[in-house]
Amino acid sequence: MTGMFLSVCIQLALAILSISFVVIIIRIIVGPTLPDRILALDMLVTVGIGFIAVMGIKTGYYLYMDIAIALGLVGFLATVAFARFVLSKASTYGRSSEPEDSAAQFKEPAK
Amino acid sequence: MTVLVFEIVVGILIVVGSLFCLVAAIGLIRLQDVYLRMHAASKAGTLGSGLMLIALAVYAWEVDVVSRAFAGILFFLLTAPISAHLLARASYIAGYKPCPQTKIDKFAESLNLPAAGE
Repeated sequence: MTGMFLSVCIQLALAILSISFVVIIIRIIVGPTLPDRILALDMLVTVGIGFIAVMGIKTGYYLYMDIAIALGLVGFLATVAFARFVLSKASTYGRSSEPEDSAAQFKEPAK
Repeated sequence: MTVLVFEIVVGILIVVGSLFCLVAAIGLIRLQDVYLRMHAASKAGTLGSGLMLIALAVYAWEVDVVSRAFAGILFFLLTAPISAHLLARASYIAGYKPCPQTKIDKFAESLNLPAAGE
């Protein structure tokens, strides 16, 4: 009886997190601009941390916590580096010229 | 009895945390431009993963695991706004426009740029 509720909750949480993974990967593939993809990668890291926490509860290995903290650090540094990359591209080509993928951003959906 | 209460708390925490992650993912795909998506991802996503780390701390209930969990949550709470702000600022300066429904655009005024609605 004791382990029943927790194992059902673990399976439910893993299923919900998998759905979130799929939705975020759709945004990475579709995402019309570069910052959309960077943001979706950052979100993927966040959901991955949650996944690692659930796996730590499921298996009982608490060392997974260290992996989650290291993954959060790597994700933060990657987002900062990507943001600097977007900024450096802007300063190279100038603010007045729109980014080439910015035009596709608010296109009316085809009916 | 105590074990049962702990397991119920852990189960509720991980399900609620994963639901917050799902809400963030749905916001990421439903909202209109990168600034609105950032609004969903950086808040709901951090809350979801933080709740799941709290669940792992409650499940383990040992001093080293609990302290590392709170260090990790503090780290995520500190870094998520910084990375979201950096990305928003970089993409605004790079020329990615907010969606046409945006009415107030203070950052364009401070940069001496035409506002988004004009």
